[in-house]
Amino acid sequence: MTTLTDPPKESFRLSMLIYDTRYRSMTIQVVAMIGFMLLAAWLINNTMTNLATLGKPVNLGFLTDRAGYDINQRLVDYSNNDSHLRAAFVGLLNTLLVAFLGCITATIIGVLVGVLRLSKNWLVAKIMTVYVEMFRNVPVLLWIVLAMAILIESLPAPRAFRGAEPEATMKLFDTVAITNRGVYVPEPLFSNSLGNIHLFGSSSLRFDLSVDLLVLAIVFGLSLFGIAKVNARAHRIQDATGDRPKTIWINLGLFFVPSVITLIALGFHLGYPELKGFNFTGGTHMRNSLIALWLALSLYTAAFIAEIVRGGILAISHGQTEAASALGLRPGKTMRLVILPQALRVIIPPLISNYLNLTKNSSLAIAVGYMDITGTLGGITMNQTGRELESVLMLMGCYLLISLSISSVMNWYNNRVKLVER
Amino acid sequence: MSNVSFVRTEMLPEQMPPGSSVGFIGWVRANLFDGWLNSVLTVLSLAFIFYILSGLLPWTFQSVWNAASLNECRDIMNETWGSTHGHACWGVINDRWLQLLYGFYPPYPATPTVNVGDGTGLLPAFFRPNLAFVLLIVAVAPVLFTSLPRPLLIVSAAYPFLMPWLLWGGSVWGPLMVAAGFAIGFFAYRILHDIAGGLVALIAAIVLPIIWWMFLASVVATGLESIISISLPEVDSRKFGGFMLSILIGVVAIGCSLPLGILLALGRQSDLLIVKSLCVGFIEFIRGVPLITLLFVASVLLNIFLPPGTEFDIILRVLIMVTLFAAAYMAEVVRGGLAALPKGQYEGADSLGLNYWQAQRLIIMPQALKISIPGIVSTFIGVFKDTTLVSIIGLLDPLGLSNAIRADAAWNGVYWELFAFIAFLFFIFCFSMSRYSMYLERKLHTGHK
Amino acid sequence: MKKSVILGALTVAGLAAGAAAAGTLDDVKARGKLNCGVTTGLVGFAAPDANGNWDGFDVGVCRAVAAAVLGDPAAVEFVPTTGKTRFTALASGEVDVLARNTTWTFSRDVDLKFEFVGVNYYDGQGFMIPKDLGVSSAKELDGATVCIQTGTTTELNLADFFRANNISYEPVPIETNAEAQQQFLAGACDVYTTDASGLAATRATFENPGDFAVLPEIISKEPLGPLVRHGDNEWGDVVRWTLNALISAEELGITSANLEEMAKGTNNPEINRMMGTEGSLGEMLGLDAEWAKRAIAAGGNYGELFAKNIGEETPVGLARGLNAQWTNGGLLYSPPFR
Repeated sequence: MTTLTDPPKESFRLSMLIYDTRYRSMTIQVVAMIGFMLLAAWLINNTMTNLATLGKPVNLGFLTDRAGYDINQRLVDYSNNDSHLRAAFVGLLNTLLVAFLGCITATIIGVLVGVLRLSKNWLVAKIMTVYVEMFRNVPVLLWIVLAMAILIESLPAPRAFRGAEPEATMKLFDTVAITNRGVYVPEPLFSNSLGNIHLFGSSSLRFDLSVDLLVLAIVFGLSLFGIAKVNARAHRIQDATGDRPKTIWINLGLFFVPSVITLIALGFHLGYPELKGFNFTGGTHMRNSLIALWLALSLYTAAFIAEIVRGGILAISHGQTEAASALGLRPGKTMRLVILPQALRVIIPPLISNYLNLTKNSSLAIAVGYMDITGTLGGITMNQTGRELESVLMLMGCYLLISLSISSVMNWYNNRVKLVER
Repeated sequence: MSNVSFVRTEMLPEQMPPGSSVGFIGWVRANLFDGWLNSVLTVLSLAFIFYILSGLLPWTFQSVWNAASLNECRDIMNETWGSTHGHACWGVINDRWLQLLYGFYPPYPATPTVNVGDGTGLLPAFFRPNLAFVLLIVAVAPVLFTSLPRPLLIVSAAYPFLMPWLLWGGSVWGPLMVAAGFAIGFFAYRILHDIAGGLVALIAAIVLPIIWWMFLASVVATGLESIISISLPEVDSRKFGGFMLSILIGVVAIGCSLPLGILLALGRQSDLLIVKSLCVGFIEFIRGVPLITLLFVASVLLNIFLPPGTEFDIILRVLIMVTLFAAAYMAEVVRGGLAALPKGQYEGADSLGLNYWQAQRLIIMPQALKISIPGIVSTFIGVFKDTTLVSIIGLLDPLGLSNAIRADAAWNGVYWELFAFIAFLFFIFCFSMSRYSMYLERKLHTGHK
Repeated sequence: MKKSVILGALTVAGLAAGAAAAGTLDDVKARGKLNCGVTTGLVGFAAPDANGNWDGFDVGVCRAVAAAVLGDPAAVEFVPTTGKTRFTALASGEVDVLARNTTWTFSRDVDLKFEFVGVNYYDGQGFMIPKDLGVSSAKELDGATVCIQTGTTTELNLADFFRANNISYEPVPIETNAEAQQQFLAGACDVYTTDASGLAATRATFENPGDFAVLPEIISKEPLGPLVRHGDNEWGDVVRWTLNALISAEELGITSANLEEMAKGTNNPEINRMMGTEGSLGEMLGLDAEWAKRAIAAGGNYGELFAKNIGEETPVGLARGLNAQWTNGGLLYSPPFR
């Protein structure tokens, strides 16, 4: 007779940490963790020792000191009496501004060029190819510097506008001045202004929000909501009766009338730039450094986006085009209604990384003197205070935060438009 | 019987297509003037091209080549064309092109230990960087073009040790001893693997070379140098500049980042949580910050992170940071290659009973890397273009040199010519590489369909 | 010298090298080269020529120190630094001395832990304008667009000046002198402000220098001088007294032409002490007796350096002004060699 016995309970041996696959992965991880921590400790220890020798212990106190320098391009109020932190905040907003503008124009140009590269017109396709190759194969820093140089050299200086017979004149019925210091465009002004909301008190992150613009935005939002309602009703009626009521006039009215009434109530008028003293005053001043950076970054990134768009379109099988033709859609509509929506799915992931690249490349602003966060926190502040470690780490932190937010927003969008596979 | 037939019995002779749809005219009609929209586009494009060329061509070709300063250029222009506008002054390139290519690298490094005078006339100028560049092509070619004879791979293996010696000079024994460290590791693994088992062999293969490099290599190198002295005159890395510096940074960064990137990619794919999060953290951190901040780290912080008293020059520090930067991007490229492999390959390797590293080495990596080559080439192009950023931290790459050249009283005020020259060289270099990468993509494409 | 770059890097990566306890002077002697931080390029002060040889007024100081310490004015490794990288380069030991028209300020001296060894150029911040702007004083610049180089003391001075005079301006920050010049010439800014010497140097290279004028106001004191790290007094002394030797040499009439003659011995004991024929000043510094003679031989005395690089005969065309010897009404006043 045999008795069934349990196999002897395996006792734990040290060698199992290495040879037993159950434990080995644990061992490797622990070793990796210890290695990483040792490395980190080593680096931190070195840093502390070195900083102690230099007599510069880590201290963020410098951020509240008076900055003492001026920044020309700013979205929020700032003067040289403000703190370094405020200057960094101004810089951060400038980074976001140029990244935002750049991403939009790069997308527009990129899609246009990508589609035109596939044009049946040989000449147009070739010009677009030359554009793409030229921008992709020359460093972006060179393009930025070149764009700046072209703007400075080819546009007239403000003094050319002076005199009885000026060499240069303002464009668009004397409303826009294009100079080599930037472009002056009319600014919106409100004579019955409702004032500003001051956010965050007097801290470094203080921010003025214009109530006028807020009201306008709300009114406009309500208009859009109304239009959506009208359309929904029209749909319902169409579904029920087969007749769609005419909505175009109601929609147009909803779109314009409330906003226009609000504008009139607020006393909306335009402030035109005029030559006064050394410069144009009044109007909104878009500085050359911003324009050069914006232009160079969008053109450079657009070349990459064009390639992505082209690849995305080519990836859609030819049968889709044929099917669309069979349905009687014209080429333009085929592109808009059939090809592009499908290509979008292929396009979006690489598009995200190009947006990220554009944002990161905006740090080259320093080459044209656009005061982004690299120029303020990583430039003048670092230089004047001598706090390299703190400044550079904070700078990296800011970019990391921007990058991670962009990629998470875009990934969320990507997941939404992704084809749901079953 | 009538012979009348209502059916044609012989074919009509083929007629030529109408003249308007073949030949040049046909091509023009089909491609340029097909409908009114296309016609408008064509006319606009022609006007655009004419506008660009009418400005560019006279500037490029009605230019001054022989002038030693900008003022001389302006004088010649005024004499010849009556104005200084719209004419290039290529004299600056003529004067400084060697500097733009090689920086301050001495054409004939002085005081060689093997006494051959100052070397002038014996060898062509800049033979060391030129030789290093030619050897680079020879070393890379067998990797990129699979049709080349395999023995060329020896050059590829020797190149990482040969190149620093050629460029920086010094005793040949230094690089040789570093290479010896790898050999020691390799043989230690081979020998110990059979005697003491894989793990001991692996540890020995890592520890022994480190001991060798840290304590023995320099002693042995000095000893050998005193017995048989083979050395090139030393060149300080501060002398490096111009395109040579750009290429050097690009090549070293890609070369060193490849192994690092592979490890990171494997780490990111692995199911070991801590290893994975460390790798993901590193990759995302590096990819999330601009290169310029990493260069700030190289220029102002790296010395603070290292033990007190360590000091190595800015070019090495930049090389380290650019390598780390490239490694993160390389990891993503390799990860793409790994993801593109069919799952069957992994399962096949498992079913053969291969362990993880064997499977990676014999089955996965060779295929994944082959797929990744276009991505690697475009990463290289990106890094190569990004080397211009080092001008911001004061290194004299072509863009930095253009500033230094403008600081010379003779050339103060020269912009377009320098930019055009630099852009042209970058374009040639990057364009040819991107064409190669496309060719490769096409080649790989057919193989996988 | 390091044996090989890879070996060096590997060793460095692997092990914590012993702290550099030795003084900079010993380091320099052992290395056989002086590492000198200069600007990436400013006409007259430091710029590389087609062969990569550096030349200029600041470069002259570096060469004099190299000659004094190492006996060879060519034994200098020039490290181009930007406004941003210069202090780190010095603090980290990458350069032994920074001769890069750097203004001596309290915070740089005390907070950043540097030691300014003297002043080789007394400068001040000025404004340059195109003459057709019709401005004769900086106080009339209300609303003007001003080009400034970032990373310098000038942008702080500028902000202070306009605030004190209660007038507004629009700053255009610029990284290098070359770009500032481009913008200024094209009229993208009305005014260019930097050190008066820099203005003169820049103006000198214009196609029509006569169309531009430097305004009379000097809005700041900018004593420019070489600096070394805090805490290494021996090395600081070497650089300080090399600079003083150049200044004293001019005062005492020692030039590169009569140097050999003077070195044979004169009736003036101070000259003899400097030339090493009397006393043991060189020994006290940790150098040999002829250190000062070599320093002067490297590029001449202060006056000669000035005349050759930035003086009125050069394109830069600076007058001595404040930088004349105290005997001529200037500020140059070297402590005695005794």
